[in-house]
Amino acid sequence: MPEQAFRVLPKLSDLNRHFWTGGAQGRLCFLRCGPCGTYVHPPAPVCPACLSRDVAPAAVSGRATVASVTLNHQAWVPTPDLPYAIAIVEIEEQPGLRLVTNVVNCEPASVRIGMPVRVVFEPHDGVWVPLFEPAGA
Amino acid sequence: MKEFLERRACITGIGQSDVGRRLGRDPLALTLDACLAAIADAGLTRDRIDGLATYPGGFAGAQGFSGAGVAEVHDALRLRLDWFSGGPEVPGQLGAVVNACAAVACGLASHVLCFRSVWEATAQGTGGRAGIGMGGAEGAGSFRASGPLEYLLPFRAYSAANWVALLAQRHFHEFGTTREQMAWIALNARRNAGGNPKAIYREPLSLDDYLAARTISTPLCLYDCDIPVDGATAVIVSRRDEARGLRRPPLGVEAVGTALRGRPSWDNFDDLTTMALRDAGAMLWERTDLRPRDVDVAELYDGFSFLAMAWLEALGFCGRGESGPFVAGGRRIALDGEIPLNTPGGQLSAGRLHGFGFLHEACVQLWGEGGARQVAGSPRVAVAAAGGGPLGGCMLLVRD
Repeated sequence: MPEQAFRVLPKLSDLNRHFWTGGAQGRLCFLRCGPCGTYVHPPAPVCPACLSRDVAPAAVSGRATVASVTLNHQAWVPTPDLPYAIAIVEIEEQPGLRLVTNVVNCEPASVRIGMPVRVVFEPHDGVWVPLFEPAGA
Repeated sequence: MKEFLERRACITGIGQSDVGRRLGRDPLALTLDACLAAIADAGLTRDRIDGLATYPGGFAGAQGFSGAGVAEVHDALRLRLDWFSGGPEVPGQLGAVVNACAAVACGLASHVLCFRSVWEATAQGTGGRAGIGMGGAEGAGSFRASGPLEYLLPFRAYSAANWVALLAQRHFHEFGTTREQMAWIALNARRNAGGNPKAIYREPLSLDDYLAARTISTPLCLYDCDIPVDGATAVIVSRRDEARGLRRPPLGVEAVGTALRGRPSWDNFDDLTTMALRDAGAMLWERTDLRPRDVDVAELYDGFSFLAMAWLEALGFCGRGESGPFVAGGRRIALDGEIPLNTPGGQLSAGRLHGFGFLHEACVQLWGEGGARQVAGSPRVAVAAAGGGPLGGCMLLVRD
């Protein structure tokens, strides 16, 4: 793997730890409502669909579709790998369950809206950042 | 019948400081220049100002994002306030002004001084434009993201340019919008800036210049991004019955739009081609019998050119997804077009006064003081709108 680019890391809490550390086991995890099955993201202690407090981390397949993508050309911080692809991906398990992420392991300009992608994790100091790569790669 | 109480409010005066790149002046001094100008413009004196409102308040965000908060202006002018409000969690930058309208409508105050002050150009110094919420360059190593930035910064989406770019790209995808179309927001702004002596960039900009500009975050190029400046803007919101006998004909607040009916999120909003402003725009028309065709001039937030397109759709000047063809060629949005847009050059050419510049110019136009950029025909109805992403608010003004 090439030299990792700088990333701002998240502040971990009991509410978000499953999301940022699930990658240690290769799992992309979201909070999920026990009674109605809704995935809750960003994490919150109450299900937004049925208001149940019975929400707990659950792994998804890691499959997703690119909903939008931009190639960032600007060095907001010192950046060795311009341009890079920032995408919004929609998680396969639930329409509207979306993440901003990066699509990696491909030519940034080849990333297209509608492209199937799958999760890969980039470890950083106790945080596993969920990135995505083309599902056919 | 529902009563729309914002109609008890009106705008009676406006003021603006010098506006420029790296003025090197104290931000409170700029703020007070604008505030004192607005008080005098209304024909008021400071002892009659009993309300104060600002966005985003004394807010420790990016350097220069806020030039002064409520307390600093309150104390500097030794105001005697019955009501005040300042903060970032409002429906866009103009949310502060809507708060003031609500305050006067409730009788909490008679004359509210509303201001927005920025000194981003001086604060950024000789460096480039920074990302948002990085905690300053010195903190970049140890800073940890939380709150709304937690799911943006770790993915190297450091700037609103990235977040807006993602929505613009989705709009391009769904509706076939092109850079050649979007360019006209920037080109129209520059054309109008030629008539604004205070605009930062006034030299002509061509479509070729635009298309050759360096990319920031596809599909946005340099000219799709506004210009950080130093400057402050103020308006006076008065209660209708307190506005009699003042210097100017009051500009009535016909309706406001403050809704956010979807999620407060860039990536998890229900429709990735629009934003909070969709709901704010819809709400505005729910509160008046006027229609988009009645509007004589539109001052719509263009912190990024795509946002002005989204506002054109949200306010019904064109259909959903139709803003590309609508602005293409720049005729409909020209000073003599069907809906003159961003008459002083917008934030793209006149500088980022961050929302309040649009309201200021709506007043300038309705009072007929636009000089070389004045819309002909004595405009009577103007809309001012500000914000993007999860922030959006708008106001419809009518001259008596």
